[in-house]
This record gives sequence, structure tokens and C-alpha cells, in this order.
Amino acid sequence: MTTHAAALDRGGMDATEVGMGVYNMKLGMWVFLLSEVMFFTSLIGSYIILRAAHPDMFAQPGEVLNVPLTALNTFLLICSSVTMVLAFAAIERGDQAKLKAWLIGTALIGMSFLGVQVFEYIQLSGHGFVPSVEGYSAAGAPLYGTTFYTMTGFHGFHVFVGVLALWYLVIQAFRGKYTAANHGAVEITGLYWHFVDLVWIILFTIVYLI
Amino acid sequence: MATTLTEHAPHADAHHHELSFVRKYIFSEDHKIIGIQFLFMSLFFLLVGGLLAAIMRWQLAYPTDPANPLPGGGLFPETMVNNGIILPEFYNSAVTMHGTIMIFFAIMPLLVGVFANYLIPLQIGAPDMAFPKLNMASFWTAFPAGLIMLAGFFVEGGHSSAGWTQYAPLSADPEWTGVYAGQQLWLISMIILGFASLMGAVNYITTVINMRAPGMTWFRIPLPTWALFITAILILLAIPVLTGALIMLLFDQTIGTTFFASATGGEPLLWQHMFWFFGHPEVYILILPGMGFVSEIIAAGSRKPIFGYAAMVLAIIAIAFIGWLVWGHHMFQSGMNPMLGMSFMVTTMIIAVPSAIKVFNWLGTMWRGDLHFHTPMLHAVTFVAMFVIGGLSGVFVASTPVDIFLHDTYFVVAHLHYVLFGGSLFAIFGAITFWYPKMFGRMMNSTLGKIHFWLTLIFFNLVFFPMHNLGIAGMMRRIYDFTQYEYLAPFQGLQMFISWSAFVLIGAQFIFAFNFLYSLFRGEKAPQNPWHANSLEWTAAPSPPPHGNFAHTPTVYRGPYEYSHPDAPGDYWPQNEPGPAAPAPEPVYAE
Repeated sequence: MTTHAAALDRGGMDATEVGMGVYNMKLGMWVFLLSEVMFFTSLIGSYIILRAAHPDMFAQPGEVLNVPLTALNTFLLICSSVTMVLAFAAIERGDQAKLKAWLIGTALIGMSFLGVQVFEYIQLSGHGFVPSVEGYSAAGAPLYGTTFYTMTGFHGFHVFVGVLALWYLVIQAFRGKYTAANHGAVEITGLYWHFVDLVWIILFTIVYLI
Repeated sequence: MATTLTEHAPHADAHHHELSFVRKYIFSEDHKIIGIQFLFMSLFFLLVGGLLAAIMRWQLAYPTDPANPLPGGGLFPETMVNNGIILPEFYNSAVTMHGTIMIFFAIMPLLVGVFANYLIPLQIGAPDMAFPKLNMASFWTAFPAGLIMLAGFFVEGGHSSAGWTQYAPLSADPEWTGVYAGQQLWLISMIILGFASLMGAVNYITTVINMRAPGMTWFRIPLPTWALFITAILILLAIPVLTGALIMLLFDQTIGTTFFASATGGEPLLWQHMFWFFGHPEVYILILPGMGFVSEIIAAGSRKPIFGYAAMVLAIIAIAFIGWLVWGHHMFQSGMNPMLGMSFMVTTMIIAVPSAIKVFNWLGTMWRGDLHFHTPMLHAVTFVAMFVIGGLSGVFVASTPVDIFLHDTYFVVAHLHYVLFGGSLFAIFGAITFWYPKMFGRMMNSTLGKIHFWLTLIFFNLVFFPMHNLGIAGMMRRIYDFTQYEYLAPFQGLQMFISWSAFVLIGAQFIFAFNFLYSLFRGEKAPQNPWHANSLEWTAAPSPPPHGNFAHTPTVYRGPYEYSHPDAPGDYWPQNEPGPAAPAPEPVYAE
């Protein structure tokens, strides 16, 4: 693994003697994800507080939002986490072909998720479910659209960034950059991707189901 | 972010080839250059913030007085200063921008941007940060954020005038302040600056955890690095909450969402909770690094080990942790349930305990020490004294019953300046004069340094101490013309006294600026270790350290504060000096 490379260039010291025994990129990604937790908590926490304060301004589950369609989308995203793990497992064994296949699969599923979300947005806004006060005519009140689009929008943006990262990995994989000994980028992109997946499961539960 | 992180190969290749001027000084990946870039940027913003304060003080000394027009008022457009009279709209935006610029573009980058970047790798014995490219991106994100913030002064409607706390709905509805573009530029700039802080924090945390030299165990890390490490954790977790709130506020203004507009179901109080959930950890972001610098300077200036090293570290951690549980004390007067206010009061009082531990430890360090009152030491000792005053006035405003009376008065202004100026800024002056020889290879002029110190100390107190009295007399915190109230009008003499003291205080800073710039070129050449200190930046690297910092990775044998040790050859004992009595380095991570 690249694990100890960062420490090894410092006078030949083995990484196990200093630090966490985790290579810098991976530690950095975990630290970054901690801040992402706080970011999504600020959005989700605001939603919970606003909804608790004004239950009448939010519609019942299924009244406005298309739950079956989004359930399908949730399933897609969970599948993409599985394919991501398979990509990582492939390169741990040094299997370049499977790495490329599973990475492409993950990126395509991620893009399908975004496609379904865009379709959902178009459908919803056609029914007067918009993020702004002006033009809102769906059940509930503008506050519902405000919180819905902000939370799902920022999640969608994170998926979008993840898809870009995945295509970058695909390009690098085709250049043969990753080996069984050196694939830190695949691992940390995987961490990010699983995090984004996890956020969606929470969002799906509290925005669509409850 | 993910793609950025994947780019970084190990940085061993950076050592051996010559870099072009642009790569070396402008788009530099060297943590020392990036720290110095932040230094110049934030000193510039310190000047801007000071000039805004001068404008406010002129208005308070001569409120809307045609006989005393603002000097140089003709330079401003008529929408800001008309016939030498500062207009209320401009006064409000000067108040807002003084706070914003000082906190986010001066003090915070001075403490963290400059010293976390400069000191962390040097003090832990690393060649650079864990992610040098990300570090460069951090500066080049903060700098445009600063430009965007400055641009707000030049747009129609003027700059944001909702106060640095940006309380909704005042900030959310442009109709209320008459500020459109300025308000949005404020928000965009702050969102961008948040990314810069975040990149910095990820870097500092990873570097401290993973890049320490052999033998640099957790409890051998010098206290500035400890403080900056804990500060980075606070930044990492607090800034995203602010970013979330800023984005919601920006959406409220631009795309018509309704998070904070009460007429359509939004909750203005939600802004206050989110802002202060960030804002109170932010207060500790602004003081903890200063505490770290001061610990280093006082130990070196007293030629004694820091009193209670472990207690110092644990106190930093305790302050940082309890700091998350106190944000409600900014909101006692917001209609909060008194029971809840009571619990916030208790948690706030508890923070006084670790703070007092630190103060007594500094005193214990100096007690019967061989005191050397060089310029950094003078600033550091002043930090302790001023922090005590600011801390005690903090206990006043933290008590719910007293706060009913003192809330939003000049007492709060006095309190926060005793902590931010008397605390943070004195620590910054101490730190700049202390590490200047390392940064630039030259000493700052000691006479000029002491003149600057004494003028600053005296006039700082003349400016801010009387503000306690103004506050108790009932003067409001952000008022444009206090003479409209009969009971405040008699204070005009005191206001003039404060204002003229403030002008001298600001003037005295030019002595520092002159000393800083003059010494860059004409200062006495600095030896490697002018203060006879123990930590690695002094004992293992020349002044200034070259690219890559250390010729050989240093090995650490002891803690950083072994001054006047009986077994040591001299009165200090470098961390990297193998000694006969020194124990073998222990592994940091016993597995």
C-alpha cells in the first residue's frame, strides 16, 4: 500500500512509530468527512427544528413527494456503494480489469441517481413545489420547498462531485496508475462515496418517509 | 475536494530542484512562505479594520457635528460621508465591517493562517505540511475572499450593515437595511473563506497526527502546536455550521427561500442559534492559539519549565470541549426559557476553571524565574493581565441577571476588546516579535518594539477601560448618535477622551509597521536561536529555515520546556540534543 510512503521519506522512519499508522490522504479524508457531518447536520437540524415548529407547513409523506420513485433511487445509490467496494476489492487483488469495470459501473449508477433526481425536481416544480415563496402552490407552505430543495440539492451536489471524482479514477485506471500496492485514491474516493450514500439514507428517511 | 486530495504524492520530490520566483513566493507550496503570505495579508486587513474603527470613533467623539468634519471625509462618496458628516448608513456598515474584518480577516488568519502554517511543521520536526498543494489552495482561496469582502465597499447601496453577527431578519431582508449587493458579497466572501479555513484545518490536523518526528510524543509537543491543533479541530467542526447558515441566508436573499423570514414560516431565532453554535467555538479559535504562543514565550522568558505542562494541555482541551456547550449565553435576551438560560450560565461559568488553571500556571512559570523582559515577553505578560480583566468582565455578562442590564451595551464592547485586543492581539504581537527572527532571519528593533509595546498597552487601556463605565451607564453597543438620549449626552467628554486615545493607539501601530518593514532589510542578522529556546524550530533549523526545513530529520529526546535543568549542559536543553541522562525516545503509538 501507499500507506507508509509519506512517513518513509522522512529519514527512513517507519510510519508505525509516529502517527496513526494511516496514510495522510486517508486520514485527511476522514478529517474532511467529519466537517461534512457538521455541514449536513446544520441543514438537517434546521429542517427538524423548522418542521417541529410548523408541522402545518409540511405535507404528509407521499402527498407531494414521489416516494416509490425515490425508493428506487435510494436502492440505486446503495447498489453503487456495493460496486465501489467491489472496485476497491478488485484493486487490492491487483485486478485492473475488474477495477475499471466496477468504477465505471459506480459512476454510471451515480449518474443515474442524479438523472432521476433531476427528473423528480422537474416533475415537482411543475406541480408548484418550488424552493421559493413566489410561485409555491403545492400542499404545505413555502418552508417545505425551501428545506426540501436545500437538503436534497446539496446532497445531489455532493453526488455530482463524487461522480466527477469517479470518472477521474476511471481515466487514471485506464492509464494503469493503480496497483495492488498503490491505490490510495480509490480507497479515499470510496470513503467519500459511502459517506454521501449514508447521508442519502438519512435524508430519504426523514424527508420522504417520516 | 476528493479529487484535490487524490492529487498528492508524497512530497519527497520537492527538495532538490530550483523553483521559479512564482512557484517559490507566489504559488508556493512551502508552509513557511504560505504563513508569511497570510502574515502580509492579515496585517493589511488589520490596518483596514483599524481605519474603520477610527471612522466610528470620530463619529462618537463629534456626533454629526458640522464644526468637526471627518478629516479626509472628502475622499468618500456623498452616500457615505456628506460634508464631513458620517452618514448613519455608513456608520452601520463601518461597525459591521470593523467586526467582520478584524475577526475573520485579521485576528483569525494572524493566529491560525500565519502561525499554524509556519510553526506546526517546524515544531513537530516535519519537512512540510501533509498536503502542501491543499495548503497553497487555502491561501489562494482566502485571498480572493478578502478581495470580495473589500469589493462590498464599492457597490451601490454600500457594504453590509447588519452587524458582524448578521442577525436575521435584518440581514435576510434587503428592504430593512437598503443594502443589496454588499450584503450578498459579504455572504459569498464568508462562504469562500470558510473553504479556506477548512482546507487549513484538514491539513493541520493530519500533519500533527501523522508527521511528527521520531520521539515527538504527544506530550512532547510544544504548546503553540497543541493549541493550534485543538483550534484546528474547532475550526473543522464549527465552520461548516456557519457555512450552512450562510448558504441558507444567501438563498433567502437570492432565490426567495424562507429559512429566516418569519412572515412565511421561517425562524429568525434559528439564525442566532446557528451563528452562535459556530460563534462560540469561534471565540476560542481566537484565543487558544494566543494562549499557546504566550506559554512558549513566558517559559523562554522566565528560563523555567512551563508550570504544569500536562495541565496546560488538558486545559486547552477542556476549554475547547466546554466551548461547544455555551453558545446560548449570547442569546439570554432573545426570549430564551430562563431554565435553559440558567444551564448555559452554568456551563459558561465552568469554562472559567480551565482558563484560571492556565492563568495560574503562567504565573507559576514566572514565579522566581530568571525573567527577561524582551519585547515578546512584555507582550506575553500583558496578554495574561488583560486576559484576566477580559475574563472577569466575561463572568459579569455570563450571569443571566446581570446580563439583562449589560446586554448589547458598551460593557460588552469593552469585554470583547479586552479578550480580542488585550488577549489575542497582544499574543499576536508577542508571537510576531518572537518568531520574526526565524521567519526573516533578522531581529526586530528592540527599542522601537518596546516603545510600540508601552504606547499600545497604555492607550489600549485608556480606550477600552472607560467603555465599561459607558456600558454600565446604558450606552448601546452600535448606536450612531448617542447624544439623542439625554442620559447619555453628558458622556461626550469621555467619548472624546476615548476617541483621541484610540487615534493615538492606531498611530502607535505604525511604529510596529515601520519596525516590521525596516527590520526586513536593516534588522540585525538573527542567530539560529536568539531566545535560547528548546523547540525544534530554534534548535534544528537555521534562521530562516530552508525549503524542507531540516537537513536531517531531527530525533526528539525530551519535552520542549527543559529550562535550567540540573542535568543539562546550559540553562536550556534542546529537544533534539542527545544527553547522557536523556531517556531513549519512546514510540508514540504503542501497538
